[in-house]
Amino acid sequence: MNAIILTAIWGVVMMYVGVFVHRRKARVYMAIAGILLLLITNWLELVGLTLFPIDSKGMLEPGNFGLLFNEVTFFSTLIYFLLSGHDFEDVGGNTSDYFALIFFVLCGISIVTAFKTLLMLFLGIEIISIPLYILAGSDKRNLKSNEAALKYFLMGAFSTGLMLMGITLLYGSSGTFQVDGLNMGLGKLPPMIAIGLVLMMISMAFKVSAAPFHFWTPDVYDGAPTVFTSFMATVVKAGAFFAFLRLFDQAFGKMQDEWRMLLAIITAATLLIGNITAVFQQSVKRMMAYSSIAQAGFMLLAVFALNQTGKQGLLLYATAYSLATIGVFAVLTRMKDYTFEGFTGLSRQQPLVAFSLTVCLLSLAGIPLTAGFFAKYYMLLATLRTGHMIGLVILAVLCAAISVYYYFRVVQAMYFREGTAGSTSRFSDGFKAVLLANSLILILLGIHPDWLLRLFNY
Amino acid sequence: MPVNYYIFLSAALFCIGIMGVLTRRNAIVIFMCVELMLNAVNLLLVAFSKMHHLRALATDAQTTVGTDAQLFVFFIMVVAAAEVSVGLAIIVMMYRNIHSVDVNFLNRLKH
Repeated sequence: MNAIILTAIWGVVMMYVGVFVHRRKARVYMAIAGILLLLITNWLELVGLTLFPIDSKGMLEPGNFGLLFNEVTFFSTLIYFLLSGHDFEDVGGNTSDYFALIFFVLCGISIVTAFKTLLMLFLGIEIISIPLYILAGSDKRNLKSNEAALKYFLMGAFSTGLMLMGITLLYGSSGTFQVDGLNMGLGKLPPMIAIGLVLMMISMAFKVSAAPFHFWTPDVYDGAPTVFTSFMATVVKAGAFFAFLRLFDQAFGKMQDEWRMLLAIITAATLLIGNITAVFQQSVKRMMAYSSIAQAGFMLLAVFALNQTGKQGLLLYATAYSLATIGVFAVLTRMKDYTFEGFTGLSRQQPLVAFSLTVCLLSLAGIPLTAGFFAKYYMLLATLRTGHMIGLVILAVLCAAISVYYYFRVVQAMYFREGTAGSTSRFSDGFKAVLLANSLILILLGIHPDWLLRLFNY
Repeated sequence: MPVNYYIFLSAALFCIGIMGVLTRRNAIVIFMCVELMLNAVNLLLVAFSKMHHLRALATDAQTTVGTDAQLFVFFIMVVAAAEVSVGLAIIVMMYRNIHSVDVNFLNRLKH
């Protein structure tokens, strides 16, 4: 509850900062102060100190898993602000407004990590989405940014409509919005529940950009300003996945046999389409957009498995994926040329940046000794433990092998190609330090994933 | 009136909305179709609310069971209003740049 209230308050504070503070750097520091405050207060709630004891009448109940997920979200956002916070001014003059919108998105994520009724799920998803439409279109003169905002908005509103119809049908059949009240056991599903369930699954698949509902993702991620793509593809996607997992665990967990096949098809399609299309991309930004679809396929395995290993795995995956992708996008934002050739010779000009970027890419590909390896390992283990659909595990491993190809194209351009195309010298010492710390975290989590997972049983 | 009539009406409105979103190219028309979908949901929620409430009233005259869906309708209206404000701003922004609200126009410009 701490996080929900403080994110909303700090969003308003950031809007006032835009009026009263004119130094650009001071605004970034205010945002970082806010995220640090959130990290601390959320941790306090995890150890049992609630600053705002509010009776939500059973509508919100984060639980330890939700709070821990908030903590991971806030930590990723902290790294994101440290790496990319100063790049906001390249997009437009209203930097503090962008920060305010990001805090509102965080408010939505804190709601979806705590919802107990479908009303709160709906509000949380909308509070995440609406600021993102604005962020996607924040580069107002750029046609690609306009297109991204319009596409994102229309698709988002459409999937909201589907979700609401799903919620209504579930309500009509069960008479309650509480997720616990929906969770009925096996047996023949009433048609209204079945249709509602499918509609909810489609709308959540839209939000996490799972195939076949992924078609908006490449254009939106490619068109939106790169700094905001970074946030959309990482923190927001992880938050949406948490909502997906929480909804299907708590509301539909007991009827899993009914929807397992459907989700397996979505997962397999997401893995295949994401990985295979990413191979053919010429722009690193677009490749990262398809890579985020491919990674979503892996995260869907947690929803497919719905067991303790899967939940731990989602936590680890969200951390590993968010940190690695934020690192890649932070470097990408400062490149002149977004094609693979643009990275040529970066290792000689900026060895430290090239090294950190390599660690991030290795983690995304799931190479051992990086966090991405154990994240993928937990996902596969969780799927194996369900005892169903072993073929899905084999497919996932094959897709991970495909993904190595397109991630290594960047590494190859940086290290093994002659030339000095396109790279810039806009890397400050502070940026390099944070980037290096980011990759160190990825390596540490790759050696000791238990440091994060031990918190799970807090 | 039996609740089935409401379900049929809402499903029809909802499907018209979906078809509109999928087939039309004018951004504002698509937007209106999304609103149609939301209003179909509102209508159905109120109908279900009444149904569950009447069913509960039969056993307990003081009950408030089933009224929560009517509250949900207000939340949908609020969120829809927020979406309208952002969505129309985006459409206006696009119109300023390309003097058109055709969603396919942008695709053609890009290449």
